Amino acid sequence: MTEHPVVLLDHVTRRFTDMPALDDITLSIAKGEIVGLIGRSGAGKSTLIRCLNGLDKPQEGRVVIDGLDITPLSEQALQPVRRRIGMIFQHFNLLSAKTVADNVALPLKIAGVGAAARRKRVMELLDLVGLADKADTWPARLSGGQKQRVGIARALASDPLLLLSDEATSALDPETTQGVLDLLARVNRDLGVTILMITHEIEVVRQIAGRVVVLDRGRIVEEGPVARVMASPQADTTKSLLRGLSPILPRDVADRITPDGDQALIRVDVYGPDARRPLLDDIARITGRPARLVHGGLNDVQGEPYGRMFIALGTSDPDSMRRVVAALSPKTTAIEVLGHVPGDV
Amino acid sequence: MSQAMFDLLLRGLNETIIMTGISGALSFLIGLPLALILVTTDRGGIFEAVAVNRILGGIVNALRSVPFIILLVALIPLTRLLVGSAIGIWAAIVPLTIAAAPYFARVAEVSLREVERPLIDAARSMGATRWTILREVLIPESLPGIVSGFTVTLVTLIGASAMAGAVGAGGLGDIAIRYGYQRFQTEVMVSVVVILIVLVCGIQWIGDWLARRIDHR
Repeated sequence: MTEHPVVLLDHVTRRFTDMPALDDITLSIAKGEIVGLIGRSGAGKSTLIRCLNGLDKPQEGRVVIDGLDITPLSEQALQPVRRRIGMIFQHFNLLSAKTVADNVALPLKIAGVGAAARRKRVMELLDLVGLADKADTWPARLSGGQKQRVGIARALASDPLLLLSDEATSALDPETTQGVLDLLARVNRDLGVTILMITHEIEVVRQIAGRVVVLDRGRIVEEGPVARVMASPQADTTKSLLRGLSPILPRDVADRITPDGDQALIRVDVYGPDARRPLLDDIARITGRPARLVHGGLNDVQGEPYGRMFIALGTSDPDSMRRVVAALSPKTTAIEVLGHVPGDV
Repeated sequence: MSQAMFDLLLRGLNETIIMTGISGALSFLIGLPLALILVTTDRGGIFEAVAVNRILGGIVNALRSVPFIILLVALIPLTRLLVGSAIGIWAAIVPLTIAAAPYFARVAEVSLREVERPLIDAARSMGATRWTILREVLIPESLPGIVSGFTVTLVTLIGASAMAGAVGAGGLGDIAIRYGYQRFQTEVMVSVVVILIVLVCGIQWIGDWLARRIDHR
């Protein structure tokens, strides 16, 4: 028997009055995956994540968690399912009237774990998130990053098979975000917890997700391995979400692009091993003239490089241009002739 | 001030404290569950039952609309039924409780409603039962506000208990009216007012201190 997916959404539709918040969503998440669910606010991300633990219910379709169809379950029948799904939140949602230790202990208390066993497990969890010394502190005294660590410890308390992260880093500064992401990656690697994280920050997805799902107006518009999607986004939503991450031509250079001129300017998108090729050298060999990198850069997604470069060919000869494009097309994700620029840009 | 007058004031203070204390405690025991029902049975609440909510809300509003002095008289038959008499401390406790419980319920309701929906959803996402949400989230999170609200209720009760003197309940208010007002004994009036100020300040101070102690927000 093949192992069933941890999460299976089967043609799920959720409407609020008339507006569909989720429109025919089909998605499957395998055990041990980290999936990033990205989209603008209002794309339906939160509704989707709430459907996964029954906080919200779709009108059509099925939500299957670890082989169990939870769609028809009553609030009571959902409780044991929810105990196997941890959730972390943008605003942490820690209880102010409980100490850090008691917050982490709550899911255990709910699951009926005895006081002594609870105490022991809580200390293990606080150790895991590096907050063992804060056990008896009130949450209000913690920093944002520490609060989220408590949130993660609490979400992991009942050994969940799935961890849902609802914009967990959106209220944190970049440095703290890094720490929380590292912790989540470690949790996934060491404990094998499947993670679904929703975010509007592509950077978060880039750092730890293996697969990305792009949501727009309740529909999945793009889905695939993060490196592939980031290197060659197909959907407009993905492209616009990625905009901040890819280099763009500086204003003063862009303003000097003309239909005719000294040197042709091309944009080249590369991904994977192709990103390591001696591109400028390849071009120079074809045109017989030195090629120049005008602007651009490489980044990496879990070890896979991807990037975008703006290259001046050193010639405006149409024939050379055609040969360059023909030669590079198979080795790049995208290549485009932008126009011509003077030799001094 | 004569020894007799001192004894009179002491007895009045004692009666006021008993009336306020017992009707306060009863109001808490009735008002808090009432507040919990009002909050949790409302639309979107964890025990949603909108019809129950509307009916209960209506009763609470009706009781709160009646001026206390009218309630005091109107409840005489019920009071007789419950405590066998329409005069005395116990006779005053019945209308005091019936007036204060809905008042406290509304005050506590405000605090309970301040517990944010995401906190309740967080508990639900852990698989908490509705009773667990009540016990572990709703009540503890709103407790500082509930304590402050109860303090306000107690202070209001002290004022109302003075009116209960009208049904022969005794207490400081009764002394102030009979001696201070009707017999022009200014020193009695002043003494009663001073005692009441000290009493109210004391209760307020303890309430504030307690609310601060349990507030970790």
